[in-house]
Amino acid sequence: MTVRSPNDPVPKSNAVHTGSALLTNDVGLHARPSVKLTQLAKRFGAHVEFARTAAGPWVDAKSPVKVMRFKAAKGETLHFRASGADAAEALAAVVSLVERGFAAEGEDASQPRRE
Amino acid sequence: MANVGIVIVSHSPKIAEGAADMVRQMVGGSVPLAWTGGNPDGGLGTDVASIIEAIGRAWSDAGVAVLVDLGGAETNSEMAIDMLASDRRDKVVVCEAPIVEGAVMAATEASGGATLDAVRRTAEELSPT
Repeated sequence: MTVRSPNDPVPKSNAVHTGSALLTNDVGLHARPSVKLTQLAKRFGAHVEFARTAAGPWVDAKSPVKVMRFKAAKGETLHFRASGADAAEALAAVVSLVERGFAAEGEDASQPRRE
Repeated sequence: MANVGIVIVSHSPKIAEGAADMVRQMVGGSVPLAWTGGNPDGGLGTDVASIIEAIGRAWSDAGVAVLVDLGGAETNSEMAIDMLASDRRDKVVVCEAPIVEGAVMAATEASGGATLDAVRRTAEELSPT
């Protein structure tokens, strides 16, 4: 049994999937994109985190407040890591969201969602 | 179970409606949402009956989180909760959080199917301790 530090919540027994994506949308990870990222991460059972560098510090992608406070700008790279049963799918989904500029699949990113 | 509902209570109907617009645009339609603001004479204020009605419109068996602005909005919301049927009373909480940011954060948490307690904690994470 491996002893984990409290700062490393990813269980060693699970494969950790990692990936990164460049923020290309004009506003970066601001209000609306933050909500989209949180909502997407919450669809998966996997533990999903992201950071400015591959070495962390890591932020819980499912925490609306922590994601909103992250404030990454256009041109920054977001590094992701995911662990758990559906980690591969979760990682692919969040990386794809950033790569699409936070647009829904098939949606124009510049159009705000209407009721 | 359905997602937790969100109610926005402001002294100003414009603030309440505007905050609700932000929730709808940013979070989408998966969260029951209602707003109320202003007194029955059309001035600034809050009204217990209108708050009860708003809670009814946003009702979810998972519970309802209420976001308020200043003083009277909070006391009138608490009074409204006290006047609910006994089986509903325990499923409604007033969040100690800024009204706009709290509503958006609470709704984001709620949209993922979180419990009422988790929704409240997320909204209250915004407040300085």
